[in-house]
Amino acid sequence: MRASTRNILMIGPAAVMVLALFLYPLGFSIVSAVTHDDYSLTLTHFIKVFELYSKDIQFTVLIVLSSVLILALLSIAISAMIVLSPFKRLVAILSMLYRLPLFIPFIVAAQMMRTFLAKNGLMNNTIVAAGLLTPMDTVSFLGWTGIIITFVWKQLAFTTLLISGAMAALDQSQIRAAQNLGASRLRILIQIMIPQVLPTIGVALVLSTVTIMSVLSVPLMIGTGSPTMITADMAFRVNSYGDYHVANALGMISYLICAALAWFYLRQTIKEKGAMS
Amino acid sequence: MSRTVTMERSSVNAIGRFKLRWGFWGQTLFITLLALAFFGPVVNLLLWTVAESWFFPHAVPNEWGLKYWGQVFNPYSDVSGSLFTSVMIALASVMVCLLVSIPAGYAMSRRSMPWRLAFMLLFLLPQAFPNLTVYMNMARIFYSWNLNGTILGVILVHSVHGLMYSVWISVAAFSAIDPMLSRASRNLGAGPIYTFIHVVLPQATPGLIAASIFVFLESLDEFTGTFFVGAPEVSTLPLLLYSASMEGNYQISSITALILLVPSIGFMLLINRFMRPEVLSKLGQ
Repeated sequence: MRASTRNILMIGPAAVMVLALFLYPLGFSIVSAVTHDDYSLTLTHFIKVFELYSKDIQFTVLIVLSSVLILALLSIAISAMIVLSPFKRLVAILSMLYRLPLFIPFIVAAQMMRTFLAKNGLMNNTIVAAGLLTPMDTVSFLGWTGIIITFVWKQLAFTTLLISGAMAALDQSQIRAAQNLGASRLRILIQIMIPQVLPTIGVALVLSTVTIMSVLSVPLMIGTGSPTMITADMAFRVNSYGDYHVANALGMISYLICAALAWFYLRQTIKEKGAMS
Repeated sequence: MSRTVTMERSSVNAIGRFKLRWGFWGQTLFITLLALAFFGPVVNLLLWTVAESWFFPHAVPNEWGLKYWGQVFNPYSDVSGSLFTSVMIALASVMVCLLVSIPAGYAMSRRSMPWRLAFMLLFLLPQAFPNLTVYMNMARIFYSWNLNGTILGVILVHSVHGLMYSVWISVAAFSAIDPMLSRASRNLGAGPIYTFIHVVLPQATPGLIAASIFVFLESLDEFTGTFFVGAPEVSTLPLLLYSASMEGNYQISSITALILLVPSIGFMLLINRFMRPEVLSKLGQ
């Protein structure tokens, strides 16, 4: 058997699965967003999307950007502490702690936060018990803050895993040289480490954005009322009206939100692949 | 002269020690806050699993008990049924993924394979696109294939989602094997299939187990795809959790969440044993 035939036979089944069960529906969604039922081209679905959901689109972009920003700051802080801190025991505790939510499903995180962040949830109860607030002053965090908190809580393990891995793989002699020349830890972090792990930070944040735009349980369970995330709107459009055109037009918007960042991500992977092989 | 130098040095040391101590307490505070933020929601979940009644203004449940555990673990309850369905679907997804990923991973572990990068990126696609839109349309396509609301349909959705993990980890697992071993086996007269089963596969097993764990967990926890393709005919644990929570039945949803939480944390602690550094270093290459 020729090598190429053998390769096709070996990769074929897996490739066909992705083509039939992922790329075909993906193409279907794009076509459906820009055509009528008779496949004639139209932009009416997008016009409808902007009439009905422009507030939700802004809301979604706000949530994605704030989550990604907080994720970046927190995971850089944790990674830097793991790599630079002189207190080995603290580092051991921290590296165990930050990983714990890594495999916790979003739906479980959503359920936890639904009770934890509620007006009479454990968080407010603790604050009241500590005497910092009276029961009347407490507010429910279910809503946009709750959505951001849940995304950050769950996704932090993943971004920190990637970023601290990249920081640990940096050339240690550089860092030591800078330390010997009297540079402070903060300066080492900002001027030496972050520039070198920037591609990894980008990748981690893009993958998190894609994840945020894929998760339906969090906006459904944490977000209350209006405005809501476009992911929840899509599910509503399909389940209540069977309106795939408008739902898919919203889907295109969610692709676009990721695309700006994904472009950077793919460029980085391909560049690295080219350099390695 | 020498006295001023020593004085200066000791004051520098004092500043250094002060900074170090400040750093220690600052970092301890940071870790404590992080721990509170992590364990707070978990504790709230655990409290709900043993609360028979908990309403405002009680800071902790006003009636404790295991009544709901009895309901959940009744063999005829929804939870037991969903747990069984979930585990069966997850195991089937692992089987499907391994069946297609082992040959694909082995073929792609050879760096010289033409179009290798293109295929690697193809398998990355399901993770690089927000998949909610795709699942929505998959449900519509599955209607015409009569797969909507069937276990098979849900297994297919979960498999295609897990495929990236299984293919990429398989490629890494097979790449980490010394090619001289299989060449030696062939030189000693063993056939290609015998060599693959007896020489290559056993060495790739830890990596393949890690891949299976990923696929299993992804399937067990998957909500969005099942929501569109499976519901309401197929009820997995995440779907049951969602509907219980939306009905305000926090005890049932919290116990279901706890059932999902245990394998997640357990496998997280286990995965280090199967993800060997030499396999990790080959990941994505």
